[in-house]
Amino acid sequence: MTTTPTIPAEQPAATRRAGTGTTATRVLGIAMVVTMGWLVAFGLGFSPADRDQEDAVRILYVHVPTAWVAYLAFIVTAVGSAMYLFGKKHSLGFDRFAGASAEIGVVFMALTLVSGMLWGKLTWGVYWQWDARLTTTALLFVSYIGYLAVRGLGGSHQQRAKRSAVVGLLVVLEIPLVHFSVKMWRSLHQDASVLDSEGDVSMDGLMLFSLFVGVVAFTLWYAWILLHRTRVMAMEDMLDDHGLDRALDARRAEAEEQS
Amino acid sequence: MDVDPEVPSAPSAASDHVVALDQAVAVIGGFPVLAGATLAVSSGEIVLLSGPNGAGKTSILRLCAGLLPIARGSGSIFGFDLATQRDSIRPRVGLLGHRNGLYGDLTVAENVAFWGSTVGATPDEIGAASARLGVDGRLNDVVVSKLSAGQKRRTSLACLVARRAELWLLDEPHAGLDAAGRDELDTVLRQAVSSGATVLVASHELERAGSLADRVVDVIGGQVHDSGASS
Amino acid sequence: MSRWQIARLVASKDLRIERRSRVLMNQVLPFAGVTMVMFAFALDASNVLERVAPGLVWLATLFSLLVLVQRSFAIESDDGALDALRVAGVDPVAIYWGKAFALAVQLAVLEVVLLIAAVLLYGADVPLGGIVLLATTLVTATCGLASVGTLYGGLTAGFTGRETLLPLLVLPVVAPVLIGATRAVESALGTGGVALSEGWPWIGLLSVFAVAFGAGGALAFGPLIEEAT
Repeated sequence: MTTTPTIPAEQPAATRRAGTGTTATRVLGIAMVVTMGWLVAFGLGFSPADRDQEDAVRILYVHVPTAWVAYLAFIVTAVGSAMYLFGKKHSLGFDRFAGASAEIGVVFMALTLVSGMLWGKLTWGVYWQWDARLTTTALLFVSYIGYLAVRGLGGSHQQRAKRSAVVGLLVVLEIPLVHFSVKMWRSLHQDASVLDSEGDVSMDGLMLFSLFVGVVAFTLWYAWILLHRTRVMAMEDMLDDHGLDRALDARRAEAEEQS
Repeated sequence: MDVDPEVPSAPSAASDHVVALDQAVAVIGGFPVLAGATLAVSSGEIVLLSGPNGAGKTSILRLCAGLLPIARGSGSIFGFDLATQRDSIRPRVGLLGHRNGLYGDLTVAENVAFWGSTVGATPDEIGAASARLGVDGRLNDVVVSKLSAGQKRRTSLACLVARRAELWLLDEPHAGLDAAGRDELDTVLRQAVSSGATVLVASHELERAGSLADRVVDVIGGQVHDSGASS
Repeated sequence: MSRWQIARLVASKDLRIERRSRVLMNQVLPFAGVTMVMFAFALDASNVLERVAPGLVWLATLFSLLVLVQRSFAIESDDGALDALRVAGVDPVAIYWGKAFALAVQLAVLEVVLLIAAVLLYGADVPLGGIVLLATTLVTATCGLASVGTLYGGLTAGFTGRETLLPLLVLPVVAPVLIGATRAVESALGTGGVALSEGWPWIGLLSVFAVAFGAGGALAFGPLIEEAT
């Protein structure tokens, strides 16, 4: 078996129609809206304010889930990259999957950082305190922006895919290295703090439940956007291919005229 | 992490053509620099690619050298598929492109020695390569950045000779050389062919290169229609 | 030729070019030196400077790393030599090892000079007991930096806009080296009262980093330079 680099025969069902919605995304979308509704209800209403942090703890119901989703997204990027690189067919679908996931991951990381800073301002009185988790997140945020920059370098789809897949795996290699180095670093500074800067406040039942709802809601949201974005990327790639077809035809017509 | 590791290193196409392209399409930045190239070159031939600027001559050479990926169509060099077996093609091919591939801060001798060493050439062979192109002797110890364009070209050719390629891909090799240099180049190419190499030259200079070549293939608008040497 | 021989060929080629062109001596070292002076202007307090000297040394090293990597690949792409290496089918792993080694040698020279500059300019103090730790830090950190630099230098080599993409890619990746090397040197020099023994765990981190990127880089370099038109 060899891959003859022609137009991919795969054409996801979703992209044959006008939009990128399918039953799967609709189901996900509804589930996501419902759980978001729950989150709002519990997060803002039913769950109690924390003893020390008072209402500021509610930001955690956003901050922790976005952090979780961001890391999940990057693992997915790594998995997609690996499947592209080591799979037999070098299917571009995996590359698009990885790329879409990274884009979403970067956005969620930004949300994590912003919500973390807001929470920090309300509880510690400062926007930033160089705690291990936020610092690691900030570094990885920039790393994945670099990954996205590499995706934009151009070339054929296969070239982009190979290059991005390699870089995607390298960046995932970074995650433990950055995590441990930052953790070792911060452990040198045993800042006494009323609030455990890891944000693992001891939470009572309802609060934990709200957090859990938050995680589920955001994960559903992530999956929903991921599906849509991957399909949009497939359409963009198809557009490129059609553009190539037209360019080929134009060039051939030109040559005909000349000869 | 390279291309499919299961692809065998034996030629996949039973073709006795050194270069066999079939409707090859190559793309740079969305533009089809090659819009359908069909070309067949047999062993021991000297083939001239001629055509106007922007026709795609350079792209064909780069495609055969494995620098430009093939987007549509198929192609094989020495029977090895261009899409999947580029690693097997590479050691057999030598390209003289628009740029010289030299290290400006090293001398002529050091450059030729470096490129020759990458294929394990002996110092004698390296010296002989320099001598053939007239860059031994006084020029040998001159740093490349101080050479004239023509001298750099000769040095680059010497590196190519030292590499003992089986398929020579030359992009405007006569340009920048003086008359003596051009004669020497022609001699070198004929010698290479008589020791078993195949040569593909892209050139504007129909007169010069035309007399050297066995046949001329026209490249127009990124397309080539050539089915091989007529018997 | 074996991979090892080709790596040696490439490394000696790079080092010979450096010896001839003296870019490290005449441009990069002065640049690094100026950076050290600039830090003093910015920080403006000699006790602060002494306290942060290790960090400043490694910061200056990182900035100079970017310059060195650009240079290492500029010699390849100026006249299409990297393309020629690809066409020649030279083993990319060997190219990687060769260039990384040459880069490491230049980095090591740079770091030693910067340490001396720190002693002179910032009043840093090098106790005899810390020499082993210091040397080990230098070696492990340099291996890590050279691995990452060569890898991403190769990735960005062919592209316009590489001057801005390279720092964006390299700096976040080498952050662990900055953290680890600075802490280890602080232990070695005893700055801020840090004990010598606290430096060794950081060496562990630096070693893991060097091995991870040395191996990962060698594997990734080939595919990455492959996909440059």
